[in-house]
Amino acid sequence: MTLLRIRNLSVDFATASGSFRAVDSVDQDVDTGEILAIVGESGSGKSVSMLAVMGLLPWTAKITADEISFDGQDLLNIGTRARRRIVGNDLAMIFQEPMSSLNPCFTVGWQVKEALRFHLGLDRRARHARAIDLFEQVGIPDPEKRLSAFPHQLSGGMSQRVMIAMAIACKPKLLIADEPTTALDVTIQAQILDLLAALREETGMALVLITHDMGVVAETAERVSVQYAGQKIEEQPVVDLFERPHHPYTAALLDALPEKATERMLPTIPGVVPGQFDRPAGCLFSPRCKFAQANCRTTPPPALGPELGYARCFYPLNTGERIAS
Amino acid sequence: MTDTAVMHARGLERHYSVSGGLLRKSRTLRAVGGVDFEVVPGKTLAVVGESGCGKSTLARMVAMIEEPTSGTLTLDGREVRPDSWADLRQDVQIVFQDPYGSLNPRQRIGTILMEPLVINTSLSRAEREAKARDILKLVGLRQEHFDRYPHMFSGGQRQRIAVARALMLDPKVLVLDEPVSALDLSIQSAILNLLLGLQDRMQLAYMFISHDLSVVRHMADDVIVMYLGRAVEKGPKEALFAAPKHPYTVALLSATPQADPGRKKSRIKLEGELPSPLSVPPGCPFAPRCRKVQPRCRAERPELGTGAHAAACFFPDNSD
Repeated sequence: MTLLRIRNLSVDFATASGSFRAVDSVDQDVDTGEILAIVGESGSGKSVSMLAVMGLLPWTAKITADEISFDGQDLLNIGTRARRRIVGNDLAMIFQEPMSSLNPCFTVGWQVKEALRFHLGLDRRARHARAIDLFEQVGIPDPEKRLSAFPHQLSGGMSQRVMIAMAIACKPKLLIADEPTTALDVTIQAQILDLLAALREETGMALVLITHDMGVVAETAERVSVQYAGQKIEEQPVVDLFERPHHPYTAALLDALPEKATERMLPTIPGVVPGQFDRPAGCLFSPRCKFAQANCRTTPPPALGPELGYARCFYPLNTGERIAS
Repeated sequence: MTDTAVMHARGLERHYSVSGGLLRKSRTLRAVGGVDFEVVPGKTLAVVGESGCGKSTLARMVAMIEEPTSGTLTLDGREVRPDSWADLRQDVQIVFQDPYGSLNPRQRIGTILMEPLVINTSLSRAEREAKARDILKLVGLRQEHFDRYPHMFSGGQRQRIAVARALMLDPKVLVLDEPVSALDLSIQSAILNLLLGLQDRMQLAYMFISHDLSVVRHMADDVIVMYLGRAVEKGPKEALFAAPKHPYTVALLSATPQADPGRKKSRIKLEGELPSPLSVPPGCPFAPRCRKVQPRCRAERPELGTGAHAAACFFPDNSD
């Protein structure tokens, strides 16, 4: 069942030098209980599209879409008050830097209990008991004592656990994790990823994992959506994506992984992600693509069908016999 | 190990004094405690470990930014001490992690590149500029970049500039402190290729600091794994990755996500977190998190043995 449905989402930022399109006609579905990974390099718009869903973008952002709906409710034309009842309740998000996402002026216990008071209306005693439960659930040792700790007294891994506890406080149906482990060490990263996967098993919530780390994607996700310069350029189940990438960008990205290297020199992608002023007319990847033809540079390719991973490409790779026959 | 090494370190230590507050005594933090290594021309020594393991402090000592509390460091047979730093610094240069913070935004690229020559050599202005333009070409930047400012460059290009600046004085040793951690994947491989190409051409000795094991596996010849300021395992790359001996190395390797969704997952879960470096447990520093811990580990500190591939552990895995 489709939990979150996004159709033709674009986000434009008003900047001093004109309007900048950070997200460009993105379609995305998230099903109940699944783990979807959104991968892309910095500036690919992967965070911005999810922030648009959460309603957390600043006023300089102009959001246009045909549809954004969550669990049957329209999130596009929703009022602020109605949105606040959903966000933090059924729809929750955790961020990259746990140290700067917590308010340094309040104890972590106070911050967790605030969500319980606002959304569930529990009394003081019930809030305290629930907060201890949550801390136990996310693996914080000695929860009673940690509730009265301030954020600066906790390590990065512990702060991220507090953020997760806060996010799952109201048993959300969808948790969006924006680079949840980027600021953490690998051994702590493994603990947090295991925790998120275990919580998904336990509660049946869906998980959107925004990341740039192909290793994290391979080990955690079920379905993967690849973004480049604001566009979704490919989406496939995780095993298929790694075995048979259809878009040349996905293929080049996978080749550039040092662990896949067979020779001393690594394959590279020439050039850089286009910015505000050098957006190409046709396919956004065409200036860096080794398969680009004349029409790639002039006409933007439409997204292909699901059998080709919705790839935005005129000349998809690994098409196999389906095209040949 | 070999006499070809350009730099030797023996028992390198660095302590910091941490103030305990108004009424408490100040305590000693051992950021690096007794590390030995050699750096060989044309080879890469990688230092891996999690945050707080002392790998950056080690880099700063090698780059002569900080003075070791004890131990000796020699460069080409000459002992590196604060009074000889000024002469020796030319031979050891460092590239930092953040290419946004390590270039002065008010200086043009040409000025940034020529500054080391102004301070350390007596070349004329024309010679300095010629040299800077040569190096600019060497790192894959164009001549017109000479007069631009850092903000006009992308992260990858800035890291090229930082590498160019480090090469201006023809160093023998290049310390690379997480040189690709701040870069995107598609840029990362280009910078790694640049570093490999420069090493082949100039026979540079690299000290490569990183927490990313897949990058280390590609770049390194020898690897030191650090935990709480100490080397827990040391050896040639092939041996260390194929048959890690120390339980921490084993856990670190298994925690590193691999871009292969079909792979069978057998992750060794490491419980707990890095203890505070102010209260390092007696005995083996890894004992509180180790899955093979025995009473002996908590009482006695295992020494890093000698030999090409050594681990500081009483009960190592894959022991031969």
